[in-house]
Amino acid sequence: MLTLPRKYHAASIWLLYAVGLVPAAWGFWLGATGRLPGNPVKEFEHLLGLWALRFLVATLAITPIRDLLGINWIRYRRALGLLAFWYVLMHFLTYMLLDQYLNFPAILADIAKRPFITIGMAAFVLLIPLALTSNAWSIRRLGPRWVKLHRLVYVIAAAGALHFAMSVKVVGPEPWTYIGLVILLLLWRPIRPRFNRWKRRDDGRPQFNRA
Amino acid sequence: AEALKAAKSTYAVDEALTPEKDVTSYNNFYEFGMGKGDPIANSEKFRPTPWTVKVDGLVGKPKEFGLEELMALPLEERVYRMRCVEAWSMVIPWVGFPLASLLDKVEPLGDAKYVAFETIVRPEEMPGQSGYFQSLSWPYVEGLRLDEARHPLTILSVGVYGKTLPNQNGAPIRLVVPWKYGFKGIKSIVRITLTDRQPPSTWNLTAPGEYGFYANVNPEVDHPRWSQASENRIGEGGFFGANRRPTLPFNGYAEDVAGLYSGMDLRANY
Repeated sequence: MLTLPRKYHAASIWLLYAVGLVPAAWGFWLGATGRLPGNPVKEFEHLLGLWALRFLVATLAITPIRDLLGINWIRYRRALGLLAFWYVLMHFLTYMLLDQYLNFPAILADIAKRPFITIGMAAFVLLIPLALTSNAWSIRRLGPRWVKLHRLVYVIAAAGALHFAMSVKVVGPEPWTYIGLVILLLLWRPIRPRFNRWKRRDDGRPQFNRA
Repeated sequence: AEALKAAKSTYAVDEALTPEKDVTSYNNFYEFGMGKGDPIANSEKFRPTPWTVKVDGLVGKPKEFGLEELMALPLEERVYRMRCVEAWSMVIPWVGFPLASLLDKVEPLGDAKYVAFETIVRPEEMPGQSGYFQSLSWPYVEGLRLDEARHPLTILSVGVYGKTLPNQNGAPIRLVVPWKYGFKGIKSIVRITLTDRQPPSTWNLTAPGEYGFYANVNPEVDHPRWSQASENRIGEGGFFGANRRPTLPFNGYAEDVAGLYSGMDLRANY
């Protein structure tokens, strides 16, 4: 994986899209065939939300992985980010269609009155421009503004983790794990220029201890 | 689970029963974990027998009852709606006896105004009570006003679906108060104490802004994080069908119990 030949790069990205959608397809199949226990719609809704959060965390992890481990997976970042978007979209559609049956007064009341839903909804709305500009044309077109725009992902990931933690009755190990991961990944951003400077200086030093 | 003999009660709602599989596998019982599937998955080590329930406090004849003695009381099957505070519901055929018949045996004193309940603490058999992360503080405690406790709808259940209670449903004995949110139905009870003061209740202690002492089912008063206007009936509708139904005041038992709260502000006393 680390030294994947260049000719397989494109294929590996498509594979990531395909594999990334497996949890949603699997969950949908289980639900549609009556194999999800108890409250199947909620189970599916929660599954989609969790995977959205996982893909957001994975998207944010690409940069620190490169900085700290020297592994460059930047070619997968767009796919991970878009998968996060698709999962958030499916999470929201499941809530709208299967959970609330398009009962718009109830949906609007939820969004307005329940802070965890307001926050989740805001994260979804903010994700839309990022998804729409996740292509080479937009990157060229927007130039430095693209980088600025895509910094929104920090807000989105924080909102996503918060949305999860606020939705549960007791904040257990699972939501804490996502909050912790997002905090670490966000904290890395202000640290990384200094770290990379230090690393470069370190790399440039004459290597006396090498034989 | 062993089969139980129980007389059919007239307290039976005329709605489709929630499948036994759902009743016994979709549970909130934080002593065994926080997930809905945790109680059935993590409760096999729990030993519900032998068991005693201590009834004490402001009573003339405090007593520790053996489970056999309680099981020997005339048992009834009551088909009740169960509305969880998380906006889902079931229809469950409980087997049990009115709490009032147990209270009569210990002769409550005149100044007894409330009834406090306590769940067992057994970390070695209840994984949610041990380990690094504890979801709630133990023991789980609950309480009722004495008139609520004496209401004919309030039962101590020792069985469900004609058999003794599975561990995940609160074996061997639990409270069922059908017009209140499910968390009032304290499970695996070891102690019942009559007092003159409003007793603490676990969820109220944990998040006082979200869960009140009364916890009467009320579609008008939302939980801060979700609407209580409607509920998902577990086991109905499946994945695509509609299984959301409007929630009824006092969970449909208003005719029987609304009088207990006349003159009370139910918005303030949620």
